[in-house]
Amino acid sequence: MAVKVMIPTPLRVYAGKRDSAEFTAATVGEALGHLTAQFGDLRKHLFTEDGKLRSFVNVYVNDEDIRYLAKENTPTKDGDTISIVPSIAGGSLLACCC
Amino acid sequence: MSTKVQPLTATSAVAPATSLSNEEILRYSRHLIMPEVGMEGQLKLKKAKVLLIGTGGLGAPLGLYLAAAGVGRLGLVDFDVVDFTNLQRQIAFGTADVGKSKAQAARARLSDLNPDIQIEAFETQLTSANALELFKDFDIIVDGTDNFPTRYLVNDACILLGKPNVYGSIFRFEGQITVFGMPDGPCYRCLYPEPPPPGLVPSCAEGGVLGVLPGIVGSIQAMETIKLILGRGDSLVGRLLLFDALGMKFRELKLRKNPNCPMCGEHRTINKLIDYYEFCGVRGEEAPGPNVQVPEIAPKELKARLDRGDDLYILDVREPHEYQICNLNGHLIPLGELPRRVHELDSSREIVAHCRSGKRSAEAVDFLRKAGFRKTLNLKGGILAWSDEVDPTVPKY
Repeated sequence: MAVKVMIPTPLRVYAGKRDSAEFTAATVGEALGHLTAQFGDLRKHLFTEDGKLRSFVNVYVNDEDIRYLAKENTPTKDGDTISIVPSIAGGSLLACCC
Repeated sequence: MSTKVQPLTATSAVAPATSLSNEEILRYSRHLIMPEVGMEGQLKLKKAKVLLIGTGGLGAPLGLYLAAAGVGRLGLVDFDVVDFTNLQRQIAFGTADVGKSKAQAARARLSDLNPDIQIEAFETQLTSANALELFKDFDIIVDGTDNFPTRYLVNDACILLGKPNVYGSIFRFEGQITVFGMPDGPCYRCLYPEPPPPGLVPSCAEGGVLGVLPGIVGSIQAMETIKLILGRGDSLVGRLLLFDALGMKFRELKLRKNPNCPMCGEHRTINKLIDYYEFCGVRGEEAPGPNVQVPEIAPKELKARLDRGDDLYILDVREPHEYQICNLNGHLIPLGELPRRVHELDSSREIVAHCRSGKRSAEAVDFLRKAGFRKTLNLKGGILAWSDEVDPTVPKY
């Protein structure tokens, strides 16, 4: 199934500055797997060391949160949009590291 | 799915009669001639009490539009002072306000716009010790803060007190807006149960913000606040509005209430405010110091050695656009590219690495030393310290 993955601003720097990428995938998990295979630096920002989606990153298929569907096993169909929506809080020094 | 929101102000027959003076009727005439507002709506605005957390990028348009609309009582919470770099986006302030208390400067500006409303400045940091007390006298809280610990604090205090929390947040050219804290609606913890650990947040080089972005997001927050007060329109409760300024696209995602949310779910397990800095893995308000301890050289010492003719290789690990602002004629290899470009460096030479403030270059030195570059030093305080201590003609940014 041809799906489009939207890459949010804070993560674009790890994805060659792209704002989206397209893959063939049958589930959300598969699409995210293709995404991190193509952009290795993204992996640690999306997944913990044991392969779980980070809790401050939400993933949606179209407009539904996958936590309320089948999580990474949520099936995808042609034309679906997968959105990655991380927690953002603007730019205080606490959130910044230089 | 949209939610029709019930108005917050009492509509019973025994509600106190607040009226509008002739002057107020003239001031708000463009509201009054709309059937969606009218005298009834304007009186609701007059009776409303809204607390703004933060008077900066988001708080400025928020405060200005709520004051303009005639919200009868506004509270402004901000412990900070106006900095020159704020003026790029914090439009409640003028150049003459640099150095002044933000809460006081914002109050002065909003009072000038609308002297008929009550505006209180709370020059205090919002903490677990004062949040509940501060919030209890207001109807709606609007979150215009810029850090995770305060976001969770505002959320939890609103849920404990049963107050709506009009949430907006930004990053560079992207924004998120929604309304938390309504009965049957989600809270911040439903959306993000945990904050990102500090180390995983993008660095300053990828930070910055288009000044007008908080202007747009803060204005949407003002709109949502006014709609809640009036009881009109479809609120963003249960909807997460995403704004991409560069693509000029708005998207909407469903925001569900998590039945297992420890704060607003069926079985609440959090019954009081906690230590939010600990929760977010950050201690205190100071900017975190460098994560790595590496050998350093102070700017004055570097200057002395260069003047003496020492053969030092200056490595600049900032981003290309920073190099254009100012530089020390260093060889530019952005920190993120260092691992794959390390072959450009000569390990027999003494290398001094620098960045803007010394943090990224400390990581570079740590990496290089572990890769066998034994004669590498970090410029303490970065190019900012160079400007302060050696050459003030170098601009700071």
